[in-house]
Amino acid sequence: MSSVSIIGAGLSKFGRQPGVSGRHMALQAIHAALADAGIAWPDVQVAFGGSDGSGLADTLVSELGLTGIPFTNVKNGCATGGSALVAAVNAIRAGQADIALAVGFDKHPRGAFDPRPEDWGLPAGYGEAGLMVTTQFFAVKIARYMREYDITEQTLARVAAKAYRNGSLNPNAWRREPLSEAEIAGAAMVNDPLTQYMFCSPGEGGAAVVVASEAAAKHLGARSVRLLSVATRTRGFGSFEVFSPAIQGLGTPTSVSTDAARAAFEAAGVAPADIDVAQLQDTEAGAEVMHLAECGFCEHGEQEKLIASGETEVGGRFPVNTDGGCIANGEPIGASGLRQVHEVVTQLRGEAGDRQVAGAPRLGFTHVYGAPGISACTVLEAVR
Amino acid sequence: MSVETAQGLTGSRCARCGNVAYPAASGCQRCGSTELTSLELALKGVVWAHTVQRFAPKSPPYVPPAEGFTPFAVGYVELPDGVRVEGVLESVDGEDLAGAEVVLVSTAPVPRFATSAWIEHSPRPDIGRTGAETAAKESAR
Repeated sequence: MSSVSIIGAGLSKFGRQPGVSGRHMALQAIHAALADAGIAWPDVQVAFGGSDGSGLADTLVSELGLTGIPFTNVKNGCATGGSALVAAVNAIRAGQADIALAVGFDKHPRGAFDPRPEDWGLPAGYGEAGLMVTTQFFAVKIARYMREYDITEQTLARVAAKAYRNGSLNPNAWRREPLSEAEIAGAAMVNDPLTQYMFCSPGEGGAAVVVASEAAAKHLGARSVRLLSVATRTRGFGSFEVFSPAIQGLGTPTSVSTDAARAAFEAAGVAPADIDVAQLQDTEAGAEVMHLAECGFCEHGEQEKLIASGETEVGGRFPVNTDGGCIANGEPIGASGLRQVHEVVTQLRGEAGDRQVAGAPRLGFTHVYGAPGISACTVLEAVR
Repeated sequence: MSVETAQGLTGSRCARCGNVAYPAASGCQRCGSTELTSLELALKGVVWAHTVQRFAPKSPPYVPPAEGFTPFAVGYVELPDGVRVEGVLESVDGEDLAGAEVVLVSTAPVPRFATSAWIEHSPRPDIGRTGAETAAKESAR
C-alpha cells in the first residue's frame, strides 16, 4: 500500500470560549493545519469532517472558499475525527487526491451529556429511573476491573494528577492548574469509585489534520510524520458499553479498543512494545488504566505498578497523554481523536516544548473510545 | 409487560446459538439469527459490578421519588441464564454489594434487585410490590 503522511496538524484553543462557535473553532483548526503544512485551502483536493452537535463540517466552505472539492460530513460519535481521517487516507490511497483534510469540532453545553433513551433504543423507564447517566457506565466498568485486577483508588488519583500536571505544561489545555492526588481523591464522589476531578468534562475545541500522498509529501512534507495505519472498529459480540440494559455473553467482556488497536498494529507492522509515546482515551482516570491493557501495552493488572513507578509520565519509559488528555483538554466529541493525533505529531517532530518526551521518540499511537462501542486508533512514525 | 402480573423479566434465547438477551431481542447479537424464543429469566443472581449514583440525574428524564433524591446503587446482576442484567440495587447500610446475592423485586420502570437483608428490613414493604417482589419475599424466607 502507498504510504500516507501527515503534513500539517492544527488545533483551535480548547476549553470554554464564550461567543465563539464550534464552526469558528473548526476554521481556526483548519487554518492552523494549512499553515503548518505550508499550503492554502485551494490546495486541498478532498475533505472529510464533522461534529457531534455543533453543525455540519461541509458548511465551512462558505468561510474557507468555494473551491468545489468534495467535502463529506462524518458523524461517528467519539470516532468522528478518526473516521474522517480513515476517509481522507483512503481517498489518497485510492488515487482520488494527493492532499486531503480531516477536521473535527464541537462546542458542548456545561454539565453531563443529556442523552434520550429513545435515541438509544431503550424504554423511557431507563431515563425515569436515572440510568441514562454516562458516568455510571465508566464507574461500573472500573469498579469491576479494580476488584478483578487489584487496582487501587490511589492509582486513579495518580492518573488524574498526571493529566492536570501535563495540562499545566500545555499552553493550549483547558485545565492548567495542577491538582494533588489528595485533592483529586478527596473531591466530591460522582459515581464510586470516581470523583469529580477524575472525569473529563464535555468541552469545546476543533482539530484538523492534512494528509498527503508520497509524491505530495516529497514536495511539501519537510516536517511530515508518516501515518503507518489508522483503524476504526464498532463493538463486537460480548462487549460492555454505556447504556446497556444487559451484558450479553459469558466471561470477561470483549473490548472494541482491543479490536481497533490490534488492527492498527497489524496494518502498521509494529507491536505495542515498539511505541515510544501514546494518547489513550481518558474519559475518566480508570479508562486510561484499562486502555493501557486493552490496547496491548501491558497485561491486565500490571498498571498498578507501572503507574506507581512513573512509567507513563512525560519523563517515563512510556509517556501517555502528554498534552493532559481529555481530562485536561475537555472532550469536544468531534475533535478529540484529531487532538490526539496533533499531540503525537508534535511529539514526533520534537516540538512539544515543556512537555516534550526526551530521546527523540520514533513511533507514536493514538486511541479513542466512545459510545456506543466504537474505537479509532492510529500508528505514527517520525521521519528523520 | 404489565407490572401487576409480572413474575420476572422476559428475555430471549437464540434458537441457533443459545445466546441469551435482555430485553427480548429481535435479532441475535452473537450470530445474527432471527429465530429467538421467549425466556423467563431467573429471579436470583449475583452482583457482577456496581456503582453509586451520588448526584441527582438531570430531570427530565429522571423522575425523583416524592421525598426527593437520595443516592442509589446501580449495577449489573449476573443471572444463571447466562446474561448480566442492569438494574437498581437495594441493600441495607454497610452491606457490601460486590458479589452479593440479590433477588428481583420489581421490573418497572427498570429491573430492581435487592439483598435478602433489604427485603427483611424494607421500610416500606407495601410500596412497589409486584408479583416478582412477592415471589422474592417468599423465596427469601
